[in-house]
Amino acid sequence: MREGTTYREAMRLAIREAMIADERVFVMGEDVADYGGTYAVTMGLLEEFGPERIRNTPLSESGFVGAGIGAALGGMRPIVEIMTVNFSLLALDQIVNTASTLRHMSGGQFSVPLVIRMTTGAGRQLAAQHSHSLECWFAHVPGLKVVAPATVEDARWMLPAALADPDPVIIFEHSGLYPMTGSMGEGPVDLVSAAVRRAGSDLTLVASAGMVPKALAAADQLEMEGLSIEVIDLRSLRPLDRSALQRSVERTHRALVVDEGWRSVGLSAEVAASITESCFYHLDAPVGRLASAEVPIPYAKHLEEAAIPQVDDIVAAARMVLGGGMVRDGGIVHA
Amino acid sequence: MTVDRRQVLDNMIRIRVFEERCAELYGQSKIRGFLHLYIGEEAIAAAILPQLRSTDAFLGTYREHGHALIRGVPAGSIMAEMFGKATGCSGGRGGSMHLFDASRRFYGGNAIVGGHLPLAVGLALADTMANRSEVVTACFFGEGAMAEGEFHESINLAALWNLPVLFCCENNRYAMGTSLASSESQTDLALKASAYGLPAWTVDGMDPDAVAAATAKALTSIRGGGGPVFLECKTYRFRPHSMFDPDLYRPAEEVEEWKQRDPITAFAERLTLEGVVDADVVDAMWDAARDEVERAVVEAEAAPFESIDRLLDHVTTQVRS
Amino acid sequence: MPDRELDRHDVFALPSLGADMDFGSVIEWRVAPGDTVNRGDVVAVVETEKADIDVEIWQDGTVAELLLEVGREVPVGTPMLRLGAKAPESVSTPPVQTPAATASAPPGEQAGIEAPLASPFARARAVELGIDLRGLSGTGPGGAVLVADVEAAAAAPTSEAIAPASTTSRRPEISGDGVRSAKRAEGMRRAIAERMALANRDIPHYQLDVDVDLGPMLDALERHNASLPIGERLLPAAMFLAAAASAAAAHPECNGTWIDGGFVAAPSVDLAVAISLRKGGLVTPVITAADTRSTTEIMALLKELVTAARSGSLKSSWMVDGSLTVTNLGDNGADRVHGVVFPPQVALVGFGRIKSRPWAVDGVVAIRPSSVRHWPPTIVRPMAWLAVAFSTHSLDDSNNRRSHDRPRIDHAHD
Repeated sequence: MREGTTYREAMRLAIREAMIADERVFVMGEDVADYGGTYAVTMGLLEEFGPERIRNTPLSESGFVGAGIGAALGGMRPIVEIMTVNFSLLALDQIVNTASTLRHMSGGQFSVPLVIRMTTGAGRQLAAQHSHSLECWFAHVPGLKVVAPATVEDARWMLPAALADPDPVIIFEHSGLYPMTGSMGEGPVDLVSAAVRRAGSDLTLVASAGMVPKALAAADQLEMEGLSIEVIDLRSLRPLDRSALQRSVERTHRALVVDEGWRSVGLSAEVAASITESCFYHLDAPVGRLASAEVPIPYAKHLEEAAIPQVDDIVAAARMVLGGGMVRDGGIVHA
Repeated sequence: MTVDRRQVLDNMIRIRVFEERCAELYGQSKIRGFLHLYIGEEAIAAAILPQLRSTDAFLGTYREHGHALIRGVPAGSIMAEMFGKATGCSGGRGGSMHLFDASRRFYGGNAIVGGHLPLAVGLALADTMANRSEVVTACFFGEGAMAEGEFHESINLAALWNLPVLFCCENNRYAMGTSLASSESQTDLALKASAYGLPAWTVDGMDPDAVAAATAKALTSIRGGGGPVFLECKTYRFRPHSMFDPDLYRPAEEVEEWKQRDPITAFAERLTLEGVVDADVVDAMWDAARDEVERAVVEAEAAPFESIDRLLDHVTTQVRS
Repeated sequence: MPDRELDRHDVFALPSLGADMDFGSVIEWRVAPGDTVNRGDVVAVVETEKADIDVEIWQDGTVAELLLEVGREVPVGTPMLRLGAKAPESVSTPPVQTPAATASAPPGEQAGIEAPLASPFARARAVELGIDLRGLSGTGPGGAVLVADVEAAAAAPTSEAIAPASTTSRRPEISGDGVRSAKRAEGMRRAIAERMALANRDIPHYQLDVDVDLGPMLDALERHNASLPIGERLLPAAMFLAAAASAAAAHPECNGTWIDGGFVAAPSVDLAVAISLRKGGLVTPVITAADTRSTTEIMALLKELVTAARSGSLKSSWMVDGSLTVTNLGDNGADRVHGVVFPPQVALVGFGRIKSRPWAVDGVVAIRPSSVRHWPPTIVRPMAWLAVAFSTHSLDDSNNRRSHDRPRIDHAHD
């Protein structure tokens, strides 16, 4: 595969390929057609596939997400796009009360092969109703599968895996990653395992989505100080690849979890708890957590940057853990 | 489509007997959780469901035992579900509110008011996109759902995309304890629905003939590609909302007044007068219904409980290790 | 004891009597509830791994309650006693035991003897390597022992230079006191070893030796002592300390601590004096502000320190953190002392023994200054090796060139 494909192009290629391969696949969401998708992922697909399969919806998240569930029940393979995770809250009823429960409530009679794509994350000065990282809300729910591609390869190959899955899969695309370029690889990929993006022996940095490139940058910086940092990309937030975390931390004895979500009762809490449970007797420092400041994401650039974990924050928190210390206040303190 | 009126009466009697036995079994703690009975509203399910084809899909609320029964889900399987048994139609995971039957395209048994309306839209969308012609999705909901955003989102989508959905509003006048007048600015529900640009009618839900006729007309329109239809069936539940409801929000006289219009009594009288049935036939219907339900109870009693080892089954397709 | 709100001002907590003291236990209370105490009064004798130390209180007041049981080992910072405004008429029975009662209890069974903070991995590794965590002081937060500390301890060579071990192993006596002192000696040995292992691991050492002709100093000493009674005479050790103090004052870059990646110069020269104990082991009481004291004063303090150290009655005011350590193992016959810097200090000065050796002065061997009558009229001079160990954390080659061009031992101020 050629180098230099963007994450956005990889995603679009995946959708296009799936639509060509399977007539049951269609895209549904707000402004996915003429507009080309809020983040231009579906740009050009309307022309190729027509309005039936690149289906614009009114602004009714609960309605069209539920329609996606119904269509999936009816044998289709819908890809529902929600503009941002913030808007998905309007569809929480459908996702949490219905998509995730139908199989179980019906005693295994129905599956919901629905794929929901939505953007997540801050970094574009979109303020407090377009910038949050609420992946953990969904990762909390049994019956859902929640993935977060952090590489171009995963952007390319997670979608076909999600479409092949008989259960509802939510794909979180970090809005800051769309322009990122990289190799698409050869595929396929799975939806359940974490990936070691960088091997190391002194500390395990656990990250997902938009935090992965930052964790890698921090690891590079720490390497210049002679520290060997392992970076684990969770890839799947549900199920969590707990054994990959265990394998890594049993070797490194120290872990720092970096999460763009909030710290309280969040993804980082789950990951840290999991590591503590499985690796307690191997830990040489409290598992560190670096998360976003406990504030709605602000608009002003400097405030937004201060609110979310940056490379320097990761480096500082990593040093703290490497010294056996505790990362306090999510590592980001703003009085 | 013509409806067998004897069958409709029989359906109504079967529902009534089943529901009354459920109330009794609830008192004996055989059935637990919430139990919502359809007594008084039987005419709607009894008249509509026989008109659906096996290829059609339908979705109900948490007051759906009767619908399941008329759709053909065996009484024993429904009763076993309410007993929490492994042989229940949802494997004991759903209970009274979550009856399902994939083989009959019965998509539940939904207990989020309004939550299943978008599913109806999606099912109809799938049928449309897959070119399954003349297939209808019937969606039953109470009038309480019409205050939910999901009603508006769904009926808009269905009308916008011209989807084959029968929206059947079972208006029993109370959303739990809240009367229609105290929850809707516009109490003419058909008028309200018609704002979305689809045919919307109101019928007497206590009269199976009226329900059947309106349904036949609606289904013909929908199967012919006319898009969704909204049908309001005015009805009344004779029993409280659920078993643990002291029924404080409506006057006893009102309940009595409606009971005087018991749809089963009235329809049996009408059919007797018209010579369609006689008293022996009706008695036989009651006896058969009682037999059916007693057999269901025996079956449910004898059925095994699901093994706790299988607690985590059916969460995802992944078999737990 | 249930948790209670303790007003910081009314509570006297177990002080850290040295950078390496993390735990201690009261072995004897010198005060009782109701006693009036003044700043500087000894309130208790606290057993540490290095010595039994008289702990002085820093506040005036009346003892309201003793908060520690005798014999219970607690971390530094644990409240020891509570002061009240005036003597209470009746106080609840304080949790005080007589030393005799404590002594009869096997120390291993004393409640509250806790291992230090340690990471789970460090604990697991310590078990694997057979390291007793209680002897370790960690480099983690709050002195927590990390796996690196355990591994360093396991790999540490015995630090002969700084802590000469007694070669004859003594079996601990069975009596309570004997067991305690044996345990303490063992603990001290371990603490010293850990400390030195840590120093060897973390401090990039840099060592210089200078061969010094002590003829002029000894001449001056002789002149000074000639008219004094024996008890008041100065010993070379005092001269060494005074010289080290004045050198340190002149070179503040050697006098201070390396903390959190930065050098902090000490405001005064607080000389930690390494004193070896008869039963083996080492303590380092401190002569504070040594650069402002006369040699006579230093001599008097040194005597006091040595006597107290060897009788196990050091005062807490002596057991503070020094800014520079001086070791004078020459007294024990060593020619040179290549010491290990005592963290967080950055330098250590070691004096070897004074030994007559041939020496060239002004390019000529065999000069005998006419002023020195007592020394043999030969080429032989009274020489000693002065060794300085530095931490290159804070001192580099250029510093050393400046700071030790020539130690001024010949005329320590008197």
